[in-house]
Amino acid sequence: MAKKVIKPVVSAAEAAKYVRPGMSIMIGGFNYGGIPYTLVEALVEAGTGDLTLISNDTAYEDVGHGKLVAKGQVKKVIASHVGLNKKTGQFYMEGKLELVLYPQGTFVECIRAAGFGLGGVLTPTGVGTVVEEGKQVIKINGQDYLLDLPLRADVAFIRAYKADRMGNLTYFGTNRNFNPIMATAADYVVAEVDSVVPIGELDPNEVVTPGILIDALVVKGDNYYANRT
Amino acid sequence: MPIELSEERTRHRIARRIAKEFHDGDVVNLGIGIPTLVSDYIPEDVRIIFQTENGAIGAGPAPEVPDLRFIGAGGRPFVIMPGGCFVASDLSFGLIRGGHLDATVLGALQVSQDGDLANWMVPGKMVPGMGGAMDLVVGARRVIIATTHTTKRGEPKIVRKCTLPLTAKGVVKLIVTEFAVFSIEKGQMKLLEIAPEVTLEDIKAMTDADFTVAEPLITMQGVEEEEEEE
Repeated sequence: MAKKVIKPVVSAAEAAKYVRPGMSIMIGGFNYGGIPYTLVEALVEAGTGDLTLISNDTAYEDVGHGKLVAKGQVKKVIASHVGLNKKTGQFYMEGKLELVLYPQGTFVECIRAAGFGLGGVLTPTGVGTVVEEGKQVIKINGQDYLLDLPLRADVAFIRAYKADRMGNLTYFGTNRNFNPIMATAADYVVAEVDSVVPIGELDPNEVVTPGILIDALVVKGDNYYANRT
Repeated sequence: MPIELSEERTRHRIARRIAKEFHDGDVVNLGIGIPTLVSDYIPEDVRIIFQTENGAIGAGPAPEVPDLRFIGAGGRPFVIMPGGCFVASDLSFGLIRGGHLDATVLGALQVSQDGDLANWMVPGKMVPGMGGAMDLVVGARRVIIATTHTTKRGEPKIVRKCTLPLTAKGVVKLIVTEFAVFSIEKGQMKLLEIAPEVTLEDIKAMTDADFTVAEPLITMQGVEEEEEEE
């Protein structure tokens, strides 16, 4: 189904309703930066469970989507680093949480592969390590590569800086990280932004994510970290 | 007779020595821990472009007023240098894996004599995840390891064969500890420099690996500067 040309600007609570129990959700961010804090907070409040969380890391147990893990809303985490959130490790050790770890460059490339219509990724990263287990090794020009498969999600919550009503997005500083890539790899993409400007106000040369990828916009709310990122 | 330096002295000695490895214009990624300190010792006439996994090229020092919109991979705020820029994670790791970094400096749990690196997990303990480490060591042109010579319990960290799960095979080019500098070329480890507190016999005793010794074996560079300061 085609996305709307003029994107609805919705509340975070409304956007959180797009996420239903059992869905997979991509959430942008790296450490404190670029997390769609307002959207995530609404999802925490909605209490939606059985989620598969696809995010670089699981933040901290009391920060951003780290809370989704801490509150038991997540059944599976796909990430590259979870060491800063004690609950992720604890729940995994207790058998309450499934955990799949990817090298960070492979993680982003698998998401990109899904969003870019590719059948997989061939990477030298992880050859000869435990990461290789269960993966096909393909030799090209004498070098071994691991075959990693595309990673998609039902919904992506991303964080950008400015949006126009057509959903075109710009980013700010290190908040950019995984957000533009995740925007390509989910069925429903919601962008949390600092501000929504009229069509024509963003310089087309500075747009990083084209609005055709976006379904809905949310303006960041009064959240401690949303205000600081 | 265990020879021990204070933790501060150890960390800064290693960082100071590694800072001498760079050339003007090098693009470098620094890991967390001791590697972070390396940027404090870059000579003024050498301009290094620091890259961070989360997408900064040209990361500078800590700002007076922290701003979480400009953070490094470890979450610490920095100032973006004039001429710097931000990229998304796909390009950031394209730069890393694609051989566009001159060097990466990382810590280690174990390094083997033929350049295998183990620095991301200890079996039985909670696995934090490899983050960007596996990509960095596979992609950077030069992998420099900053590590204490032995563990806190005195066990060798430079070994014949890593017993911990690997981060990558055969990638390490230089190892800098508080007591020694080793190069690894074509699977062959060589002792290049030695700290004034130790003898070659001491190094052999705390290194569980085969290595050749450079002729001449020189005193570890930078240790003199350190002593002048104190």
